[in-house]
Parts: sequence; structure tokens; C-alpha cells
Amino acid sequence: MPKYYGWGLPYNASAYGAEIDRLIYVLHVFMILLFVGWFAFLLIALFKFRSRPGHKAEYKHNHFKAPSYLEVGVALFEAVLLLGFSFPIARHTRAFPAKGEALEVRIVAEQFAWNIHYPGPDGVFGKTDIKLIGPANALGLDRTDPAAKDDITAINQLHVPVNKPVVVHLSSKDVIHSFFLPVMRVKQDIIPGQNIPVWFQAKASGNFEIACAQLCGLGHYRMRGFFIVDEPDKFSAWLAKFAPKVAVPAPVPAPATAAAPVVLAV
Amino acid sequence: MSDQHHSHGLPFWRKYIFSVDHKVIGIQYGISGLLFLLFGFCLMMLMRWQLAYPGQPLPVLGNLFSEKFMVGGIMLPEFYNQLGAMHGTIMVFLGVVPLAVGGFGNYFVPLQIGAPDMAFPKLNMMSFWVFFLGGVSMVASFFVPGGAAQSGWTSYPPLSDIATTGQTVWLIGMVFLITSSLLGSVNFIVTIVQLRADGLSFFRLPFFVWAQFVTSFLLLLAFPPLEAAGVLQLMDRVAGTSFFLPSGLVVAGKALTVSGGGNPLLWQHLFWFLAHPEVYVLILPAMGIVAEIVACNTRKPIYGYKSMVYSIVFLGFMSFIVWAHHMFLTGMGSKMSAFFQITTMIISIPSVIILTALALSLWGGSIRFTTPMLFATAFLPMFGIGGLTGLPLGLTASDIPLHDTYYVIGHFHYVVAPGTIFALFAGIYHWYPKVTGRKMSEILGKIHFFFSLIFINGVFMPMFIMGLAGVSRRLYDPMQYAHAQPTQPLNVFISICAWSLGLAQIPFILNFFGSLIWGKKVDRNPWESTTLEWAAPSPPPHGNFDTVPQVYRGPYEYSVPGQKHDFWPQDMAKEN
Repeated sequence: MPKYYGWGLPYNASAYGAEIDRLIYVLHVFMILLFVGWFAFLLIALFKFRSRPGHKAEYKHNHFKAPSYLEVGVALFEAVLLLGFSFPIARHTRAFPAKGEALEVRIVAEQFAWNIHYPGPDGVFGKTDIKLIGPANALGLDRTDPAAKDDITAINQLHVPVNKPVVVHLSSKDVIHSFFLPVMRVKQDIIPGQNIPVWFQAKASGNFEIACAQLCGLGHYRMRGFFIVDEPDKFSAWLAKFAPKVAVPAPVPAPATAAAPVVLAV
Repeated sequence: MSDQHHSHGLPFWRKYIFSVDHKVIGIQYGISGLLFLLFGFCLMMLMRWQLAYPGQPLPVLGNLFSEKFMVGGIMLPEFYNQLGAMHGTIMVFLGVVPLAVGGFGNYFVPLQIGAPDMAFPKLNMMSFWVFFLGGVSMVASFFVPGGAAQSGWTSYPPLSDIATTGQTVWLIGMVFLITSSLLGSVNFIVTIVQLRADGLSFFRLPFFVWAQFVTSFLLLLAFPPLEAAGVLQLMDRVAGTSFFLPSGLVVAGKALTVSGGGNPLLWQHLFWFLAHPEVYVLILPAMGIVAEIVACNTRKPIYGYKSMVYSIVFLGFMSFIVWAHHMFLTGMGSKMSAFFQITTMIISIPSVIILTALALSLWGGSIRFTTPMLFATAFLPMFGIGGLTGLPLGLTASDIPLHDTYYVIGHFHYVVAPGTIFALFAGIYHWYPKVTGRKMSEILGKIHFFFSLIFINGVFMPMFIMGLAGVSRRLYDPMQYAHAQPTQPLNVFISICAWSLGLAQIPFILNFFGSLIWGKKVDRNPWESTTLEWAAPSPPPHGNFDTVPQVYRGPYEYSVPGQKHDFWPQDMAKEN
């Protein structure tokens, strides 16, 4: 199993995460160079101009031209960061894949769990109603709605296929949470009352984590979910296994579902 | 001001408790601020046990806490969240601001401008006592049912709207604190505009006074929105309104019975509209103190005084239009993000100018490494690290993985802890002789400095590594996450450094109180400084100056060619 986490940035399993990582590296190289240069100046000044017998301070107010150049340099570099890195990446993360191209998933966060909702083979999310929310139906999914019959729900397990865009529609039942996939360089606050989409595409399969990045109460620290990127056939098999028991009255023997081909033909 | 001439006849409680003298009020603010800093730091030292050794009972001390906070010495997550929220609130609103603005500002602004007192002494007294009520409410909130506020110092609704009673007390406390700051800020502005000594034009003001002047405008203009927001949240909690609650909330499986229709993001906008300028409220007075100490201890004028003044004014303006860079991940839209990224990049420029000017001021000086100068010098690189690490957070793309991680904690603590708090220590060592007539011990001061510098870096530097690894802030137990486990040894290291940093404050406490008795007696200008406060006796009497000061020159006339002495006080008519 590859080592996903260590003392640097986590493993990058995202198709566009490399751009973000590159920006972070560029910034840190710049920061370290600037700091080292500036700190060296400070140390030299402190040593060279230490008070000692026979040494006198000079009466000077503005004795350098360099700062103006430094300022212009810093301003230019910041402009490059904005125009060359940040804006293009932002454009990329906001350019959502065309409808039908991506797997669509809803995630409804609550204290302290992630409710995952797949639309099922029809590609349409069933209606939900807060009046139906109960211990067995965390999403309040209305199973009488025809679109809801094939919907698949899960708690704290987000399975996605590799190499396919995924659009996640984020909402919250109670307080603000933040949906964080460290390996995917995805983080998005979930604001109650809003439906916020975010998209990503995994380039490697593996068993990763969902973290909550916004303080959401006393169980915030344990609001951990599993983020599993599967090869397409494994993903289909998983979906089939989780296919709704409500929609199919009689228990279906395992081989029948395992044989089902790509359930999620969106 | 009418009673300043017969202060000798005042009873004890009028002279030292409900005093209208800016110096007594300054000391009251300063001592309260220091005590709150210590208290807030203790809260953090408790949290550091849980972070280093999650779920293990706290030795000895653990048994002193009731079951509401710790069970068998093991901290409860509720208590951890209370400690976190109160650490932030106390350090910012009850520690640094009261010490930097209420303490140093009150004591030294009138002295540096040659005034006998603040413009509105009674308002000044009221400001302190309203602050005091706020502080008492905050501390008392630990003892209400459910304990203190536990939704972070940012108190984001809906979490804060549905939190326990402690949050109500927090809001009431905040309303007191904000009111106190507003009263203070009006007073500072009027005092600086109206009560400057003859000849003290704006461009002859010490940089510290400029810093306090800009700070007061920030407080005056940024705090009212938060006061309004605080009252709205209070109404959400006690009067059943829904300013910050949208419709259709379901908490713990039950639909919340509120009218709904509110918006949680409204709070964030109002909060950060204050809280970003607040960052500059924390940092500007510190820059002012450092400028004073650098000029005095390099024995030369500071580099580019006017550029620094323009920069600080520009910083003040800009600080009002960068607030939403705290909200890049709320999904507020790409145009908003672009705007706030640009303003955030722009605001870095005046900060760089000020920092560069202070560093260049060293060049050509004759540097005395006194304790205040050591702290002031250390401020420069420490604030530099804080500023530089703001860069990846100010760009939305790199902010995505770093937002709400330990990287952010490292970043802003470098600004306010080894940044601002070091500058405040520098100010204490520098001005202690003025306030008490005695000098603090240099040996204890240097022990305090070197150990603090080492350990504070040990605390905050590893946080950048943790942040890059993606470890979220505000986690009661980081071991829950696979991505946080590899950096757990750093948590142990940080905790040990934090406790050592606590020990490193003992020489300071001994020095602070011991020097009142054993400190070397000094005359009115022991550092051979130029600004007006050193023209008053130490300690200054009621009314401050022996004669009404007259100002002849700028604030930092050190080593002027042709002068006998290397300092030329602002109020000295003839050559020195």
C-alpha cells in the first residue's frame, strides 16, 4: 500500500491537484529565498552596527534606493501569482464538467456524519423531505417518489470511480461543516440553506479519507468519512451491493446483483 | 479635567480604583491585559496536554476539575472546545487589545503629545470599567450550565445559535468589550487631534502615536458592525429570531422550530468586517512600539518616517476591504474571490514597506542590545514569517488545502505572538522606568528573551508542517485521522515547547514585580530618548509635566551632527 500521508503535502490523487501543489511549492521557495536574504541583511546590520567604543551612529533619514525596487519587485511577483497561478486554477476548479459526463453525488452533512446520496441508474435524485428524517432515513428520502426508488444511500462512505469527473452537491442539515478530501486538494465549506457543488477527478484508486474542516460541535474531531476511489468495475459492484432494499421487495441473492453490469449509466 | 489640581485630596478609591487619570487607567488596563494573557495562555497549555497525549488523564491537575470538564482527569471534547473558543477570545479581546491600546495607548499617547490627560477622562474611566465587566462575564461563563462558549472565537452560526448558555454570556461579554473599545477610540482620536503640544504637528508625532491614531479609527469604524451582529445573534438565541438561521434545519434528528429565512454567511461577513481590521488593531500598536525602541536604541532617525506614516494610513484603509479572504471556501463566487485576492495582495505592500523601513533603520546605527531592543529586533523576522506565510493563504488556489489547518494557526500566531506580544514585552521593558521610576533587571530580561524566542518558535514553526500535511485546526483528537497521525510527534514537541514557554515567563513575572522594590532607581530619561514622555518626571505626577511642553522638532533626532549629545529631545529649545 502506498504511503499517502507524511510530513509534507498528502499524496496527490487528483487530476488537477498537481497545479495547486506546484503553486504551493513555488510560493514556499519564494518565501524562503526572500526570508533568508532579508534575515541575512538583518544579522549583518546587527553585527556591523553594534554599539562599541569609537563607533558612532550616522544621522540619515532616507539613505537607500533599494526598497522602492524591492517593493516593485514584490508587487510584480504578486501579480504573477494572481494572474499566472491563482486565477487559472480557480477557473479550472469552477469549470464544471458537462451534464452527463460526470458522476453526480449529493452529500448531506450533519453532526457528525456524512450522508451520501447517489441518484441510481436513472440519474435523478429522489425527493427529500425533512419530515421524513428518522433514524433509518437520515436523508429524509421520499421512497414513494419514482425517482427515489433506485437511489442509493450510504453513511460516511463515498465511493467514486477513478478517471471520471465527480460532481458533489454539498448541503448541511444543521450547522456549517467543511468537506475536505486531503488527497484530492478539495475543500469546500457547507453552508446550511445552500446547495454548493464541487467537482474533482481522481487519477489513482485507493482508500482515503473525508475530513470535516470546520468546527461543527463536540464531535467535530470524529466526523471522519471514507473516501474510496475504485476501478470502474469494482465501483459498479459496490453500487450494486448497496442498491436499495426498499425498491426491491424480496431479498435478492448475491450473484444476481454481482452480475449486474454498470449500474450507474448516467 | 477640573479635578486634576486637587488630586491629593482624593480618597484611595477615587485615586486608584475609579480613577480618571489616564496613567492609572493605563496601568489598570495593562495589568488586566497581562493577567488575561496569562490566563488565556494557561487555557492553551491545558489543551496542549490533550493534543500531545489524546485521551490520557492529565496528571495531578486533572483531578481538580469537576466532571463537567474532565472525567477522571481526561478532558471532554466539550471542554476542549470551550478552551479553544475562550483562548482566542481572551487573547485577542481581553489580552492584547487592552494591553496594546488600553494600556500603552492610554499611558503614553497623552505623554508623547505633551497633554496633561486624555480629552475625556471620565469616558476613559467608563471605558475601563465596561471592559472590566466584559472580562468578568467572559471568565464567569465557564461556570454557567454547559460551560463557556464552545463555537470558536469566530462563533459561526448556526452552531453558535444552538450552543449552550455560555454562548449567550459570550455575546453579552462581547457587547461590553466592543462598547468599551468604542468609547476608548473616540477618546484617542479627539485627544490626538486636539491636545497636541504647541509645535507638535502631525508629521512630528512619534510613530507610536500615529499607530494608535489609525488603530482608533479602525476600532471606531469596524466594531459597530460586530456589535450589531452580536446583538442579532443574541436575539437569535434568546428572542427566537432567525437572522442567521435558514429554514429547514434539522438538529440531532429533530426539525428546529424557528422561523428560518436567515443566512449564516451574513454573520461571517459582519464578523470578518470587524475581525480583519482587528488584526491590524493587534499589529499597528506593536509596530509603533517597535519603531520607538528601534530609533532610541540605534541612536539614529528611523528610515523613511514619512513613508511609514503613509503606509500605516494606507494599511488602515485597506484593512476594511480584505475581510472576505477569510471566506474563500464559503462558495461566495469567483468575482468576490478575485476582488478579495487582489486587495489582499495589495495590502501586503504597505506592511512590507513598514517592515523594510524598520530593518533599514538599523543600517548606520550604533545598536544597543538592551532587553527592549532584543524583543523589538526579534519582532522583525517573526512578523516577517507571519506575513510571508499569509501569502499562500491569500491566494484561493493554495488556500484550498491550507484553509482551516494548522498552517493558518502558525501564520496568525507568528503575527500576534512572537510578533505583537514580543513588541508588547519590548514596550514593557522600555517604558517600565517611566511608569515606576525604576529599571527592570537586564539579566532576567535577557533570560526571558532568549528562552521565549527559542520556545515560541518551537511552538509555531512545526505547525506549518502539520498544516501542509492537512491537519485541521480545532481537533480534540487528531489521532482520529490517518492523515494527521504521521505528524503526531510534532504535537508532542509543540506541547513541550509550549509548557517550557510558560516556564520562560517566570523570570519576567519575577522581574516585573521584583523591580518595583529592587529595580535600579533612574531619572526621567534613562534611555536618553527624544520623545516627550521622557521630559516628564518618572513616574509622571497628576497633570504629567512640570511645565507646558513646547515642541521644536521631529521625534527621532538622534546623532544630529554638531550636537554635543547624540539625542536632541523634541522639547529642547537650545542645542543639546
